[in-house]
Amino acid sequence: MQQWSNDMNILVIGNGMVGHHFVMRLTEQAPQARVTVLGAEPHAAYDRVHLSELFAGRRPEDLMLADPSAYADRGVVAHFGDPAVAIDRRRRRVTTASGAAFAYDKLVLATGSYPFVPPIEGAEGPGRFVYRTIEDLDDIRAAAAGAGTGVVVGGGLLGLECANALKHLGLETHVVEFAPGLMGAQLDQDGSEVLRGRIEALGVQVHTSRATERIDEAGESPLTLAFADGSALGADVVVFSAGIRPQDSLARDAGLECGPRGGIVVDEHCRSSDPDVHAIGECALYDGRIFGLVAPGYRMAEAAAGHLTGSPAPFTGADMSTKLKLLGVDVGAIGDGHGRGEGVLAYTFQDPVRRVYKRLNVSGDGRRLLGAVLVGDCASYDTLLQYYQNALALPEAPESLLIPGSADVGLSGDALPDAATICSCHNVSKGAIVGAIDGGCMSIADVKAATAASTGCGGCAPLLKSLVDGELEARGLEADRSLCEHFDYTRQELFHLCQVEELRTYDELLRRHGRGYGCDICKPTAASILASLWNEHVLDDPHRGLQDTNDRFLANMQKDGTYSVVPRVPAGEITPDKLLVLGRVAKKYDLYTKITGGQRIDLFGARVDQLPSIWRELVEAGFETGHAYGKAVRTVKSCVGSTWCRYGVQDSVGKAIALENRYKGLRSPHKLKFAVSGCARECAEAQSKDIGVIATEHGWNLYVCGNGGMRPRHADLFATDLDDQTLIRYIDRLLMFYVRTADRLQRTSVWLENLDGGLDYLHAVIIDDSLGIAAELESRMAAVVGTYRCEWRATLEDPERLKQFRPFVNGAAGAGTDDGPVFVRERGQKRPATRDERERLRNDPRLVDVTELSS
Amino acid sequence: MSDPMLDAPSTPSRARLLCAVDDLVPWAGVAGRVSGSEVPGRQVAVFLLPGETPEVRVLGNYDPIGGAPVLSRGIVGDVAGEAVVASPLYKHHFSLVDGRCLEQDDVSVPVYRTLVSDGWVYLLP
Ligand code: SRM
Ligand SMILES: Cc1cc2nc3c(=O)[nH]c(=O)nc-3n(C[C@H](O)[C@H](O)[C@H](O)COP(=O)(O)OP(=O)(O)OC[C@H]3O[C@@H](n4cnc5c(N)ncnc54)[C@H](O)[C@@H]3O)c2cc1C
Ligand code: SF4
Ligand code: FES
Repeated sequence: MQQWSNDMNILVIGNGMVGHHFVMRLTEQAPQARVTVLGAEPHAAYDRVHLSELFAGRRPEDLMLADPSAYADRGVVAHFGDPAVAIDRRRRRVTTASGAAFAYDKLVLATGSYPFVPPIEGAEGPGRFVYRTIEDLDDIRAAAAGAGTGVVVGGGLLGLECANALKHLGLETHVVEFAPGLMGAQLDQDGSEVLRGRIEALGVQVHTSRATERIDEAGESPLTLAFADGSALGADVVVFSAGIRPQDSLARDAGLECGPRGGIVVDEHCRSSDPDVHAIGECALYDGRIFGLVAPGYRMAEAAAGHLTGSPAPFTGADMSTKLKLLGVDVGAIGDGHGRGEGVLAYTFQDPVRRVYKRLNVSGDGRRLLGAVLVGDCASYDTLLQYYQNALALPEAPESLLIPGSADVGLSGDALPDAATICSCHNVSKGAIVGAIDGGCMSIADVKAATAASTGCGGCAPLLKSLVDGELEARGLEADRSLCEHFDYTRQELFHLCQVEELRTYDELLRRHGRGYGCDICKPTAASILASLWNEHVLDDPHRGLQDTNDRFLANMQKDGTYSVVPRVPAGEITPDKLLVLGRVAKKYDLYTKITGGQRIDLFGARVDQLPSIWRELVEAGFETGHAYGKAVRTVKSCVGSTWCRYGVQDSVGKAIALENRYKGLRSPHKLKFAVSGCARECAEAQSKDIGVIATEHGWNLYVCGNGGMRPRHADLFATDLDDQTLIRYIDRLLMFYVRTADRLQRTSVWLENLDGGLDYLHAVIIDDSLGIAAELESRMAAVVGTYRCEWRATLEDPERLKQFRPFVNGAAGAGTDDGPVFVRERGQKRPATRDERERLRNDPRLVDVTELSS
Repeated sequence: MSDPMLDAPSTPSRARLLCAVDDLVPWAGVAGRVSGSEVPGRQVAVFLLPGETPEVRVLGNYDPIGGAPVLSRGIVGDVAGEAVVASPLYKHHFSLVDGRCLEQDDVSVPVYRTLVSDGWVYLLP
């Protein structure tokens, strides 16, 4: 074999994720290398792993990995849209479909794999698709428009991802699986069953043990799947996701050794049977296995690049553990999920109510974790993966790891050996991170920049944080908890500085305690602190440049740059007359109208310059701002309560209105939501709110620190049977204590979880006044309540404030600008045009329904 | 309010009047209209950085990542000393020096040269 030299021609066939990684690696290690890339797809490499996000609003450009200019900068010649068709190993030449020929000294095959379509009658033709490329998704999207039913053939990992996509496209979705369970490769039978239950609960119909025999076109539906058991299923769209097959035909034709079931046989340097030809990624067969995930592919790319340039990094197989969210369901599989080996002990946990299943496969002596299956709750995935990958000794009672909450806290960094992988995406070990800290890194950001850890999927971020904090602490250094590069303080510290030094503007704060010009983190944080302390109007001069756009225009920015309007509807109670006003205003300004999840009404699609006139009409009719734009009190939801309801024991609507009116306008580290239910049936869902109040025969039960949203948390019962005054007193104290001590963008739920001493401590401070600050907290709240003014009313009264709603410094809105919002009508209302629609509207002005028409 | 557009010199080779310095907000942006076709979308974002040189910075108003003309409504600040505006849509930072996006080096917005004279801001060709 030839030694590496810079004049060698390196030819790479295939520009998928792995081929791209190889090019980047090789050109980093040998910047002078002469590299040519041949790709069959019309574009350069893109992020196939996140392909489905094309159905969630991302554009193909967003997924691009290889940027043609980055290739050009590295001297890489790229040739796309033209597949290689033959390798002549004797003359070391590759020819492509268009007839072009490329010479090589070293050839790298990164041709990936192709979706397997079972060889059944009717598998090909209109309405039948696979799921692998950007073009596949375009075709599926086009076919789904106007279609009713979609069927995915294959209930594995990819099949379920595809089902998710069909569901999002609005199709009635079915999954057909040949095996008795879903995700058979990863999950055991019980795990599959729980997964199935969860997926069916989402409205996707699952058919297992069904062998598709043919697809007919003569039936009621455009397509009919006929199964071996005689049953049938109609469909408009069928997507095959029945596994992948290595794309090894080029290699096979060129006489390279391939496995009996496909795949180019390679050694630990990813060399094929010809020493001048390497194979990497999903087309390569190492140790009898194909590795169908991207991380092992990257390791292969590194092995091949290292081998070529004389710095070997052998590939010795890879872990196939995976964690993913399918149809919103968490699924994790580590190592051997089936527990097939001899003497394996299995521990299982099942929660039929929450539909959670967990299984640990443990070695006979109970010391090592061999595999795990998690369905419905992956909180312990990271911890278990560390036990597995690093062969750590399990706790005395391994079953403790199954109990919800126990393993969630995670293994702390110092329990891990140096070789432990912390970040799988970039293959960063604990040793490398400790080394970076020894080398002078002082913060997570430094460590990320130095090692690339946590810059991929982000899954390792919590572990990285605990490791870095722990290491810094062990060196007697404090972990860097600065708010941003402009302040070396936390939010709490800044709050205290503003309060103690009576700072009233951001400029003073920056001059005394910060540096630079500030940024989009510290400015809104300071604005929120100043508002909590002094309650001055957010649009007034020293404050307005600090606000996020939502606060700056007292409205929520939407994707097209227009805004939404949310008037306050305390407790969701509204008179018919006020409803008519909302209807009239919405109609006049042609605003899209929707009932929110917070029991009020949102009017969308207003331009900046329309906001004042819209609000003038609303304020005149008695409405106030709903603070939907602010980190502030949002809504107090209520149920109808004792006034009408047969079971109500107190007037929950009245109480909710009183609470909403008391706390409206309070600015806080994050938004605050309340609810009041009239009895224990809890129709207002108070236990999912920051402040939840539930009526009892004798008064009110107070629940605190609940959360819906991304990480739901049930609120904790804080005090029972309170009278009206005590209820208010406790809420005053608790909210002010939160406002003072929480971090930026920390909801009450996370704040409580991070509070030293937890709920007991909070009890002591709020109820027993253990810090002696209760009176102070109450008087602070009284000051905020006493200085409340509707921000919109105050804005309308002040010409200086109104000036900020001019669309342009030099003229009015309307003609003379492009790029403005474009709307279309749907279901009787306007909505922003999609990119495609904008293109089409350009040539068909009749469809246009611009806002100017209504203003 | 006067509309300086009306008095703007019409020959594109000369500086065009954009607005008065007094119309700008210190350490924040406002949107402006430009009649010439050399500014794509014909909207610019104008920022006032008192005490810096140059004091007035003008970028195209269109955020190419978010896909809407909103940069004038972002928060102004700095990243490691370089003046930037954070787009209000998805918080990408665009340099007020050369228009490049700090998070995505293949994306940038146009930057326009300006001249400030007698309290008026002009765009240079
Ligand atoms: C309009 C509305 C959806 C709807 O059409 O119903 C909505 C819309 C938005 N929500 Fe929400 N949320 C709405 C009810 C909710 C609810 C339900 C509720 O309040 O009972 C929740 C779960 C409850 C909770 O917060 O605990 C909710 C959890 C979130 C979250 C996740 C918060 C979390 O702690 O995980 C975000 C993201 C955030 O705040 O960082 C969010 C963020 C947003 C943003 C601000 C996203 C954005 O930046 O554009 C949306 C603003 C749209 C707008 O212009 O008004 N929204 N959002 C609802 C407005 C209620 C209202 O009247 O004010
Ligand atoms: C929807 C979806 C979701 C996924 N999710 C995950 C996930 O969450 N985690 C994970 O680890 N993996 C996931 N994967 C798998 C992951 O995408 C693959 O492991 C990875 O893309 C393999 O990279 P590769 O470069 O080997 O192959 P590919 O990305 O398939 O690239 C091969 C390229 O070679 C080209 N090619 C083939 N033959 C020729 C020829 N003769 N001439 C020129 N070019 C040729 C092909 O057109 C293709 O562009 C997912 C895959 C899909 C489709
Ligand atoms: S869940 Fe909330 S944030 Fe997400 S799209 Fe709906 S309204 Fe927007
Ligand atoms: S594991 Fe994905 S970024 Fe670290």
